[in-house]
Amino acid sequence: NRFQLEMQTVTLIPGDGIGPEISSAVMKIFETAKAPIRWEERNVTAIKGPGGRWMIPPDAKESMDKSKIGLKGPLKTPIAAGHPSMNLLLRKTFDLYANVRPCISIEGYKTPYTDVNLVTIRENTEGEYSGIEHVIVDGVVQSIKLITEDASRRIAEYAFEYARNNQRNSVTAVHKANIMRMSDGLFLRKCREVAENYKDIKFTEMYLDTVCLNMVQDPTQFDVLVMPNLYGDILSDLCAGLIGGLGVTPSGNIGANGVAIFESVHGTAPDIAGLDLANPTALLLSAVMMLRHMGLHDYGNKIQTACFDTIRDKKVLTKDLGGNSKCSEFTADICRRIQDLD
Amino acid sequence: FSVLSFLSSLLLITYKMPLLQPPPAKYGGRHTVTLIPGDGIGPELLNHVREVFRFSCVPVDFEVVHVNSAVETEDDINNAITAIRRNGVALKGNIETKHTMAPSVKSRNNLLRTSLDLYANVMHCQSLPGVQTRHKNIDIMIIRENTEGEYSSLEHESVSGVVESLKIITRNNSLRIADYAFKLAREKGRRRVTAVHKANIMKLGDGLFLQCCREVASGYPDITFDSMIVDNTTMQLVSKPQQFDVMVMPNLYGNVVSNVCAGLVGGPGLVPGANYGHVYAVFETATRNTGKSIANRNIANPTAMLLASCMMLDHLKLYDHASSIRNAILNTMNETRLHTADIGGQGTTSEVVQTIMRFIQSKGQLTSEY
Repeated sequence: NRFQLEMQTVTLIPGDGIGPEISSAVMKIFETAKAPIRWEERNVTAIKGPGGRWMIPPDAKESMDKSKIGLKGPLKTPIAAGHPSMNLLLRKTFDLYANVRPCISIEGYKTPYTDVNLVTIRENTEGEYSGIEHVIVDGVVQSIKLITEDASRRIAEYAFEYARNNQRNSVTAVHKANIMRMSDGLFLRKCREVAENYKDIKFTEMYLDTVCLNMVQDPTQFDVLVMPNLYGDILSDLCAGLIGGLGVTPSGNIGANGVAIFESVHGTAPDIAGLDLANPTALLLSAVMMLRHMGLHDYGNKIQTACFDTIRDKKVLTKDLGGNSKCSEFTADICRRIQDLD
Repeated sequence: FSVLSFLSSLLLITYKMPLLQPPPAKYGGRHTVTLIPGDGIGPELLNHVREVFRFSCVPVDFEVVHVNSAVETEDDINNAITAIRRNGVALKGNIETKHTMAPSVKSRNNLLRTSLDLYANVMHCQSLPGVQTRHKNIDIMIIRENTEGEYSSLEHESVSGVVESLKIITRNNSLRIADYAFKLAREKGRRRVTAVHKANIMKLGDGLFLQCCREVASGYPDITFDSMIVDNTTMQLVSKPQQFDVMVMPNLYGNVVSNVCAGLVGGPGLVPGANYGHVYAVFETATRNTGKSIANRNIANPTAMLLASCMMLDHLKLYDHASSIRNAILNTMNETRLHTADIGGQGTTSEVVQTIMRFIQSKGQLTSEY
């Protein structure tokens, strides 16, 4: 397959804190797996462009526009820095409208929940996070939740496409249309309309509270979940908690014009930065997600299998997974398994 | 600005919150309580409540008010509200909101809560000894603001295809609910109150809520106060729920957190809920499910509704009856073969209710049968 042999460029944004070390761990593993990826490292720090608007550095934007695929480590959240968070800037620059989190139980990393296998797809541009708030009178604040037809249709279409491309059986729309009649009602209507074009995928609707209730009792009943911004935020973190937290959860952001940025969603962990103690699993699984998105399923499966085998074996685990090993030892073990698999 | 906040907190300390007094019993020592059967499993569960009350000779008469969810007019729900104003106390099932109807037809349950100003929704989630769950030793009190926030029902389509929904947070209601939470925490001897919010994104709205909680917290130095962002809260709840004590939050997060906690202790069939205002109190199941798919099949779990009726009896100061029924319920819970389907068993609703009544009888209390 000519496509597979050709090297694909991916923009790599190592990030802050433990970002650089987990990024190099991922690069090492990819090299061992001989994945056809060429990394282009870029830094994103907010700079003030012409007209006074904050933007990401032009070389980062140029790289992303060309490669279309990005892998990102954790970024520092600035407090009182005068500019918005980098994640928000990235989202706006590339119109990253879908946040996708596959939550699959990791055999070997025990949580009270086993057999979790679901995907949350969250609309990431509007909804409750529109940022539009006003003080009406002193002591009365109004926050506006915005739901538009276009954004709802776009996310619904993505959800069904994802379900089809990844052999998932059903898509569930999560909403609160009994209370927010017009806004969630519009979201639901668009989901229903899109479902008509995907008769091979089962479509169901469920109230947010019912989903929460059932999720903590029996998460195996869920497959793909699609929802507006706030519910997505809460549910995706809830599902991450089911499989073991943000340190092992992958995440992908899909944008317009074919751009996709995959990232780890944990923090920068400044207290262990540079000490070779970090756990690269989240970033590695996000990179696997990226490989699958690019159609390189074989490489993705190989790397994921090696990673899960290492965790299941429990011999070389980083501290947050319950072990005592260094990041480099964990990485080396995965590399060894990849070589054995070949 | 700080002078203003200091003065307003002084006002709060000196302003005595009117204690919610239950209405006094009528002639003959009997109370009248409004009963709204609702839809789905509501009617059958409330029938069982009446059965148990009749059997135990509880001095409560029910005034039944039906609310038809299929009609667009608000006459039915207004009748129910009037009845509750008259009686002061109500026990209700969930009224279905058919969201196939026009958006102008608002949720009846929400209308009831806002008209009667039932500002505090209180839910006590406790691990029950007879029920198998993944997490043990959970004991969380959730106090949820019940009238505003995302449930303001203020929506409009400003441009075709663009809908705006307003979330309202007010200083008064936030102070009110925070004060309720701290008062309740003190009354029950709880050590910590956690405010759940998303003030990093909704800086003005949730920021105001958080600020009000902090102001109220300063008046209760014996109780620790901290805050947590809602997505982190759900993650913590599914991994380490034992860390939480009392939680206070705005309306929508309350919806999410209370359903997660109900799921953690065993499901919607086990947890009762109460809605308190300054004047009225309405009791129901905590997660407010209609349960259409299990209605009229004799498989619904009567525990939540029966425990809610016990909370109501406590509110009416009929403590002996409340304890007797509650003990019978908890004893029945220990018999695994009687568990209903939602907690992993095969028992029927009527079997559970019969066993509860037998327990009450065995304690030697006065019953309507010998």
